[in-house]
Amino acid sequence: MESAPANPGQGIGASVLRKEDDRLLRGRGQFVADLRLAGMRDVAFVRSPLAHARIRAIHKPHECGDDIYTAADLAPVKPIRAVSGLPGFKVSEQPVLATGKVRYVGELLAMCVADTRARAEDIAASVKLDLEELPAVHDMLAGRQAGAPLLHDSWGDNVFLETNVEAGIARAFDAPIKVTREIRTARQCMAPIEGRGVVAHWDRRLEQLVIYSATQMPHIVRTGLSECLGLDHERIRVVAPDVGGGFGYKGILLAEEVALGWLAMHCDRPVRWIEDRREHLTAGANCREHHYRITAYAERDGRLIGIDCEATVDSGAYSAYPFSACLEAAQVASILPGPYDFPAYRCRTYSVATNKCPILPYRGVARTGVCFALELVLDAIARETGIEPHEARMKILVRPEQMPFDNITRKHFDSGDYPQALRRAVAAIDLPAVRARQKRGEPDGRLIGLGTAVYCEQAAHGTSVYAGWGIPMVPGYEQASARLTPDGGLELRVGVHSHGQSMETTLAQVAHEILGVALARITLVHGDTAFTPYSTGTWGSRSMVMAGGAVARACEEIARRAISIGAWLLKAEASAVRVIGGEVVGPTSKVSLQDIARVWYLRPQDLPVHVNPGGLEATVGYKPLRDSGTFSYAAHAVVVAVDPETGNVEILDYVIVEDGGKLVNPMVVDGQICGGVAQGIGTALYEEMPFDAAAQPLASTLADYLLPGPTEVPAMRIEHMEIPSPYTEFGVKGIGEGGAIAPPAAITNAINDALRALGAREILQSPATPRRILDAIARAGEAAP
Amino acid sequence: MKAANFEYERPGDIKSVIALAEREDIVTKLLAGGQSLGPMLNLRLAQPDVLVDITAIPELKRVEENADAVTLGACITHADIEDGRVPDGCAGALSTVARDIAYRAVRNRGTIGGSLAHADPAADWISCLAAMGAEALVSGPAGQRTLAVAVLMTGAFDTALAPGELIEAVRIPRFSRSARWGYFKVSRKTGEMAQAIGVVLHDPDRGVCRAVMGATESAPIVFAQAAALFGGTSGAPALDRLDLDAATQALITAGITDAIDRKLHITALKRAIGRAAQA
Repeated sequence: MESAPANPGQGIGASVLRKEDDRLLRGRGQFVADLRLAGMRDVAFVRSPLAHARIRAIHKPHECGDDIYTAADLAPVKPIRAVSGLPGFKVSEQPVLATGKVRYVGELLAMCVADTRARAEDIAASVKLDLEELPAVHDMLAGRQAGAPLLHDSWGDNVFLETNVEAGIARAFDAPIKVTREIRTARQCMAPIEGRGVVAHWDRRLEQLVIYSATQMPHIVRTGLSECLGLDHERIRVVAPDVGGGFGYKGILLAEEVALGWLAMHCDRPVRWIEDRREHLTAGANCREHHYRITAYAERDGRLIGIDCEATVDSGAYSAYPFSACLEAAQVASILPGPYDFPAYRCRTYSVATNKCPILPYRGVARTGVCFALELVLDAIARETGIEPHEARMKILVRPEQMPFDNITRKHFDSGDYPQALRRAVAAIDLPAVRARQKRGEPDGRLIGLGTAVYCEQAAHGTSVYAGWGIPMVPGYEQASARLTPDGGLELRVGVHSHGQSMETTLAQVAHEILGVALARITLVHGDTAFTPYSTGTWGSRSMVMAGGAVARACEEIARRAISIGAWLLKAEASAVRVIGGEVVGPTSKVSLQDIARVWYLRPQDLPVHVNPGGLEATVGYKPLRDSGTFSYAAHAVVVAVDPETGNVEILDYVIVEDGGKLVNPMVVDGQICGGVAQGIGTALYEEMPFDAAAQPLASTLADYLLPGPTEVPAMRIEHMEIPSPYTEFGVKGIGEGGAIAPPAAITNAINDALRALGAREILQSPATPRRILDAIARAGEAAP
Repeated sequence: MKAANFEYERPGDIKSVIALAEREDIVTKLLAGGQSLGPMLNLRLAQPDVLVDITAIPELKRVEENADAVTLGACITHADIEDGRVPDGCAGALSTVARDIAYRAVRNRGTIGGSLAHADPAADWISCLAAMGAEALVSGPAGQRTLAVAVLMTGAFDTALAPGELIEAVRIPRFSRSARWGYFKVSRKTGEMAQAIGVVLHDPDRGVCRAVMGATESAPIVFAQAAALFGGTSGAPALDRLDLDAATQALITAGITDAIDRKLHITALKRAIGRAAQA
């Protein structure tokens, strides 16, 4: 069977405008907070004011006791358990409403319901808490020490999981160059424009709990709700309507989702909770907090021989569902080597429980932290050996002739030309010109610095990878349904969710590529467990590889069935007809898919006798030829100007040379890269959620938690390399997270390059705030830690 | 994050505002642009019984000019000043300052009087108007009085306004042709609150030489006779004559113990001096 699109301007590779923008840009999207159900009541939660305390009592004021619920009321509801099968993992149970102890500021203690949110907050404020404060673990390294206060009393320590990966580290010990650094990344909050939100009601006709939630993974939420509420799956429907960005924060089961579900079943009214920004910052979206003690061994010429690392991740109080408390740290050990080929490696990791809200996987997950750690030490080696930073990388980057390549931690690189990406980035940023400018000096006294970073992004990794982690959710085949409508339109149904990824457009492009149906007639149905195939959802840069592959397969099946009917109508052999541009074309005549659909649905008397009774609707599952993941990658190069008197950093130029395999919609890919880099700039320079010694979060509004704005995000120059993956449909690679991975490393390297002129201490902590930069300058001459 | 319950009044004259504000049986808060008060209400940091909206009072939007000064009603917005809808007696300095306050959405509603009364140390007007020698025209139960902006603020979010008093307008002296003005603020990013503010006004024809270090933890540090800060000479403020010890000592006296904070304040002052020299 052959096929070709009618209009190559709408298929794979076309930068068509996004179908979803017509409603989103006009403010006509429908988000959870836009829903209005008759009789709906609002929920506000009483949250713990203390990081660690024993609950002596929760007093409900008499006059509104009926509108307040505590753990005692929710007794049959089970706690959230996200267990990993990795050996030694210690299990935490996160009660939906706290019982016994509270373990972080913001933990849910009581649920208050009223006709308005303001009134619900009044009621919440009237609840009296009797808490016995306990010493808190506010720092992951302190939490690892013997004698630290225990979060989970039965554990004996605060370590969720310890892992160790070792590959011939001893052979590096005699290396002539050895640099050791202590590197930290701040705890951050992923900050989608829309926070979380839940509307829940009980549908008496279907005997079904209906949950509208701002989530990336409606099917996984349904499974989690089923476990916690003790309800069968068919009694639960989860709808994710328009969702205003996810970034991982919407890839977890919330205690609030469970609590609202229980409430809707018990109060006979629709209920809703719309997260406010203070809840979001202090009690919800926390991520990224890593610590590395890392030693790099190298030859005198700067060639890296080995990495020896001890990494600690602050996992927070509980293991979040479904990714668990250990995924991030355990991932560190397996991905720290990045895109480099070197012979000696060791990495020990610790996932530490602290009195902070659970750490969640943010765009890039552990990759942003490991890229920061590794790329900073590679620059340190370059300085130590007197070579340009990109030269140190060129010596060890995986080479194209090694593809496919299994690295030191047995990651399987599918394809690519990494040295080309770096070469092109260095050329585009014009290294000699930057060095000349740096030497010349700026009239305003600012210091110029150049930074580079290279990363790889394993994406759409499936069963073979996740079965090893043993977490509650292991992705398998991804399914898609395709259905031709009686008038020749095409409906696609997928279990992934699009909340900024542009899938309403790009999956339609995939379908167009196969069937030639005009994009305007293709509709993507997603975000509703009642209408879509089961899926683990949108995470891990997997949707285009997995759902894109599934859509292609489903459309191919539709094409086969249309060919069979079309050939009959054309009185031709099926082998002699093809689907071209929305028509079945035979040797002498053709018939449109629209006419074929009309026959199938409305004129069955015209169908061939042995027609496939499945008709023009098919659900097909897909996995790539290998499910160990695609490897997209990029080299980032950045020029900054550092003001040595204020510590402010301006990004003067930013270049990205990226290989995302075959690009379905290059404009959408550019958008993904720009958005990711904007977040990476936040990680590099602005975003930090500090805690005091009592583990109180100190940034409770966006006045304290700084995000980059339009003036902080420069125009970027993006170059694409499209080296296809040999394992996926069309050769696509997952690219959703990449933009957010390299900027903290590249920008911090650039700052350190700029500060070198002053002999300043290296910046080894993100974000590189003005205070940290001024401090590094003030402490010029001191050795790196 | 919804405000606690409150009553809302929107009187049409100042007398009614004062009558509400001086009542002792209720807590009142005056609402002008609401760009600071709005979030404080929603965070329940402010829980007044009555919110008194003062934006319907014509006198509070008045603009008066004479040979010596421009008087701007308290409810004139930052955007009014930025866009030149009101006269700028300071050779464009007012609109330059206004343009860098927060974000345009904030400037559209935020007011000059509200900013002064709110007394956030990091706000722009309190430091700039102090350097300009502006006066707040204050009305209250005891009648009217004027209060120099330089002494209006008594501490972070605290002013010398008595109970029941409100700022009606701000009288801003005109610059002479000889005036040299420099303003610089250090902030983490565009639109964010200042970490340090430096202001210098040298207007020899009027015998004015003032300097301000603002965005401290408290009221701005005002050098009303800034010549002393520049070696006591009568010439224009100059970087090479800046008495760093005196500036540093003033910061220490103001309680700024952190060396990096002091560096930022000194930098802001130096850059303001530099800008004044180029003006």
